[in-house]
Amino acid sequence: MSISREDVLHVAKLARLEIPEDQIEAVRAELGAILGAVGKVSELDLSDVEPTSHPLDLVNVWAEDEPRPSLSREAALANAPDPADGAFRVPAVGGGE
Amino acid sequence: MRPIRPTGLSGCRRSAGASDSISTHSARHRRGFSTYAEKRVVAWGAPWGLAVIDTLRLTAEEAAGLLERNEVSGEELTQAYLDAIDERDAELHAYLHVVGEKGKGVPLAHKDLITTKGIPTTAGSKILEGYVPVFDSTVAAHCKEAGLPILGKTNMDEFAMGSSTENSAYGPSHNPWDPTRVPGGSSGGSAAAVAGGLAPWALGSDTGGSIKQPAALCGLVGLRPTYGTVSRYGIVAFASSLDQVGPITKTVRDNARLYEIIAGRDPCDSTTVDLPAPVEIPSAEDLKGIRVGVPRELNEAEGIERGVAEQVQKAIALAEQLGAEVGETTLPRSVDFGLACYYLVAPAEASSNLARYDGVRYGYRTPNNGDLTALYERTRWEGFGAEPKRRILIGTYALSAGYFEAYYGQAQKVRTVIAQEHAAAFESFDLLISPTSPTVAFKLGEKAENPLAMYLSDLLTIPSNMAGLPGLSIPCGLSEGLPVGLQLIGPEFSENLLFRAGHALERAIGFDPVPERLRG
Repeated sequence: MSISREDVLHVAKLARLEIPEDQIEAVRAELGAILGAVGKVSELDLSDVEPTSHPLDLVNVWAEDEPRPSLSREAALANAPDPADGAFRVPAVGGGE
Repeated sequence: MRPIRPTGLSGCRRSAGASDSISTHSARHRRGFSTYAEKRVVAWGAPWGLAVIDTLRLTAEEAAGLLERNEVSGEELTQAYLDAIDERDAELHAYLHVVGEKGKGVPLAHKDLITTKGIPTTAGSKILEGYVPVFDSTVAAHCKEAGLPILGKTNMDEFAMGSSTENSAYGPSHNPWDPTRVPGGSSGGSAAAVAGGLAPWALGSDTGGSIKQPAALCGLVGLRPTYGTVSRYGIVAFASSLDQVGPITKTVRDNARLYEIIAGRDPCDSTTVDLPAPVEIPSAEDLKGIRVGVPRELNEAEGIERGVAEQVQKAIALAEQLGAEVGETTLPRSVDFGLACYYLVAPAEASSNLARYDGVRYGYRTPNNGDLTALYERTRWEGFGAEPKRRILIGTYALSAGYFEAYYGQAQKVRTVIAQEHAAAFESFDLLISPTSPTVAFKLGEKAENPLAMYLSDLLTIPSNMAGLPGLSIPCGLSEGLPVGLQLIGPEFSENLLFRAGHALERAIGFDPVPERLRG
């Protein structure tokens, strides 16, 4: 199966992956090959079959809404790449510094 | 499938005061292991009188016996494994982090996607390099409560995506039977550690075959438990409707022991359930009254090596001699369509689970960031290896508008068909039997450049996984001097039956789990 360069860029955008220009064609060819193989599922007529999303038939697993100890702010930030003022610092949203 | 009613919901395990499940586990553990006849596992090294422990041969049960009788201390036992790691891990690369905790129990190794407080947990990915968790996963907590010190964290394919450990960002592990070959994957480091005498037992995780296949390729026993019996809380997520943690061990009894420690409902994972019956440590040596089905498609699939088929045929004949009623059965579409179904469902779930790696809260962050979107996109492209990116893209495509019905929606329906076919087979049979992997351990590099060829490694383990069913792989012989795995599949919650049958077959087969080249 063949997918277009535009398809690859669209999916990469959805997945928040910036594919370097010189690798887009390789990714396109590889995705096409894999999608061709997994597309085999459409050979079956399953219009009257219910989908399964999960192996267990669990419904509404409730828990009491009880407060309990949670991580301290220090622990929550311990692995942050750029903590600042007790928070996670990120670059400006929507461009600029 | 049977509806499951969750019962007795209380607070999360991390709340003040240990939950019932924890105290039950440790009480059970304190009852101790029954002793096992020892065979050359300990020699007394004159003139110092110190025990020389043969870590290649010692089972976890035997190790527990040595500790119980005060023949060795916990410290000496751990040291023996650390010495073995010093001696052989440069060649095998089973471990990503060696910890060597000292303790009173039988030490174990955790696959490096099992979150361990204060101990690095990378899931084989550069995106988690340097990440040191601030909490314990439930399975790590259970092992801690049972007094099992951590030897280290084992190598794995990145985010458990792979069948050889070659997708590890930190380089592959090597098979102790032949270091030019892969140990299987994704839990290949755990399998290499146990087979190489670098751990008495280990935990792995299995999504499409990642416990059963490396156990098979390294001559070990691997259990993929029924979905929902082992907590996924604190397990780095790949595909949440499939992921299960389970033991990799030298014997079926060791496997049952470790499963007993980790299994049970966890308030922190709402997809877990109570075990319908306590775990039984197997002792029966026959298969009387057990109906064993041989699914044609799982045993005659294209790509099964002749030597593998021969060893499995012998094991099936042996099962019959042990009293099993053996008959042929069929899973008409499960094998034909299982792989395609899996490679849509698992990447779709992965694309969602791996969205959390964004360079903000933990893990790698690109130094080349501009605005927030660029930070996400570059962090993820630079931080993930090729296979996770491949699967994120496939999964995102399968879930995207316009393609959802044809890909993910259709795969979910195939999943229903697979579950129905297995349920139908279990109307006539108690267990199903097949090879675990179509091949013995393959050469490093042989399939690394061809994802579709690599995916075929899991052809025979995937169908029952899609149905949420438990499977046990035990070694059943050698082909070309390399171990062959026998897969036993049972209905949901049939672990006790799998252990019973696996143990009886193991005794009859008499496989020596010590790699031939390492036998002294």
